[in-house]
Amino acid sequence: MAWTRKILRVNLTDRTCTSEPLNMEWAHDYLGQRGLATKYLASEIDPKVDPLSPDNKIIWATGPLTGTMASTGGRYSVVTKGPLTGAIACSNSGGYFGAELKFAGWDMVIIEGRASSPVYLSIENDKVELRDASHLWGKTVWETEGQIKSEHQDPQIRVSCIGRTGENGVLYAAIVNDLHRAAGRSGVGAVAGSKNLKAIAVRGTLGVGNIANPKEFMKVTFEKKKILKENAVTGQGLPTYGTQVLMNVINEIGAMPTRNHKDVQFEGARKISAEAMHEPRESDGKAQLINNQACFGCTIACGRISKIDATHYTVVNSPKYWGASGGLEYEAAWALGCANGVDDLDALQYATMLCNEDGFDPISFGATIGAVMELYEMGVLTKEEIGIEAPFGSAKALTYLTEITARGEGFGKIIGLGSKRLCEKYGHPELSMSVKGQEFPAYDARAVQGMGLTYATSNRGACHLRSYTISSEVLGIPVKTDPLTTEGKPALVKAFQDATAVVDSTGLCVFTTFAWALSDIQPQLQAACEGDWSMEKLDLMGERIWNMERQFNNAAGFTRKDDDLPARLKTEAAKVGPAKGLVSGIDKMIPEYYDLRGWDTEGRPTAETVARLGL
Amino acid sequence: MRVTLKLYASLSDHLPDEAKRTNEWPMEVADGTTVGDLIDRHQLPKRLVHLVLVNGHYIPPASREAHPLVENDVLAIWPPVAGG
Ligand code: SF4
Repeated sequence: MAWTRKILRVNLTDRTCTSEPLNMEWAHDYLGQRGLATKYLASEIDPKVDPLSPDNKIIWATGPLTGTMASTGGRYSVVTKGPLTGAIACSNSGGYFGAELKFAGWDMVIIEGRASSPVYLSIENDKVELRDASHLWGKTVWETEGQIKSEHQDPQIRVSCIGRTGENGVLYAAIVNDLHRAAGRSGVGAVAGSKNLKAIAVRGTLGVGNIANPKEFMKVTFEKKKILKENAVTGQGLPTYGTQVLMNVINEIGAMPTRNHKDVQFEGARKISAEAMHEPRESDGKAQLINNQACFGCTIACGRISKIDATHYTVVNSPKYWGASGGLEYEAAWALGCANGVDDLDALQYATMLCNEDGFDPISFGATIGAVMELYEMGVLTKEEIGIEAPFGSAKALTYLTEITARGEGFGKIIGLGSKRLCEKYGHPELSMSVKGQEFPAYDARAVQGMGLTYATSNRGACHLRSYTISSEVLGIPVKTDPLTTEGKPALVKAFQDATAVVDSTGLCVFTTFAWALSDIQPQLQAACEGDWSMEKLDLMGERIWNMERQFNNAAGFTRKDDDLPARLKTEAAKVGPAKGLVSGIDKMIPEYYDLRGWDTEGRPTAETVARLGL
Repeated sequence: MRVTLKLYASLSDHLPDEAKRTNEWPMEVADGTTVGDLIDRHQLPKRLVHLVLVNGHYIPPASREAHPLVENDVLAIWPPVAGG
């Protein structure tokens, strides 16, 4: 149903819920989800606002294709000013919540203010109310979802909520829906927690409507699904092996950030890879992976459903973890594993379950543990301070630290601050492997040069999903480029950034782009949405969204010096592999990138750029 | 000379049992053996031979036939895969 043209505005301070029409002029310039929600946020808050204050707002936003029959059309984004970075935060989730919100008749929910006591928002089509959540405060994501469903006596309610970490102000707390799909990054969960908002529970029965050209939409979405099915990556690779298939690829090319980026290859990678998840365990003869899973309307189904070894030390006395649960994705396996030198697959599965159960980002968490382990090995942090011996490679330390972070106990409170604040606190800011305060994901910027520029310029801090140049530099999609060179990378990164900004605003999953170009998405939008949705319009829109986010960050106080990588990646060369001897060429790429973007040397969009994009 | 063939994802089916848990298959080959020779010898389906790396370096399709392997080279091959 393209847009429902309705926004739900909820003021927690006043405890009011009001319906207002969607600004359709903005929808034509910013589409939906990431683009449109950022437009609302940037227009309504002061970019300098304290992210955890009542003056910040937080928006749950669908796209025009969310809830439709377009493949992967189940996505929603949570947009706010992020507490981990102080920059714009936009985290995207799948599962079934986004489509349900649309079925209830809402494009977006804008949350303002702060409730005086814990509440959750209940949405049943037009019936919207804030309900007391005192009894849910202190509960995990899994408990919260179960309890809300049972209170409403409706198992079909979809819940998007925070766990204990969101309540405790963990700066990378996530918002989780459908038990293990998460708007994972940048601490959007901490913003919800700061507002005393535990959950949004939604049940929608209004179905789909408002498709501009239904016959054409059915035809074109069918044709495009065929492309996904016939493509070897989206039709076979992702459903069978999931994202975790990258573990051995990235290790082989020597781009695996290992032990807090001290190394670029991890000797234990094979043991924690997709291939290992598929093979029978020595202990019980069963494979960890039991199935794949799809989000709403998705014909790819890359999700992992796994079962931990019930005799593993982490769960032997905790039967609640023995059942099927969300399994390891590549980013989580990397951050919990390689970043810390841990190669115990079931320990990683346990840690990833705790991240889902209490709603925190495994990337930022795992990477922070990498810094803790390095500080421990240097003697800066001690066993007494941490609560356990924590050398690189210790699965016991990893799982213990995951538990205390989930519960907000002891040293877990400091881990919850993220690596930047933690490393500063212990006098070694240089050991935080982050950009703008957000930790790196799973690709080393020395061995994949375009990713270095991706991280440095990402509007939400280090992130792979803002321009996944791994597609081109490693996997050859759509064309193969050399990962070791900086040449051509500013243009490549810009193209990926702009195209992804559009995809993230449609309601579709970015994984479709392993098979689809933007020109495959364009006719689906054109059939669903009224008006002109030409490629020229979409290209310009991607650029507009990117520049709008940039302007928000500039106004929040970010400058050129924030578009940088930690010194380790610029001075300590890769020790092995194809990138041996190389450091990141970030300083070379930035000026060319600014130039291509139409920004001045300080990274500000020029007046001409602002005018060209209609900002 | 000694080289190692690594096969991953669905190509793992072409590994002998003893190599399945590591995906690494060390072998003796004649001097001058090329990437293309090894792919043919082990009857790896062409549509599954997608990402081809020698010692981590990408070998483009056009060079595979003639690319000579040298002592201790590691040839790693994947079908079309992606992640994120
Ligand atoms: S490709 Fe994966 S993440 Fe994307 S919608 Fe499908 S199952 Fe969800």
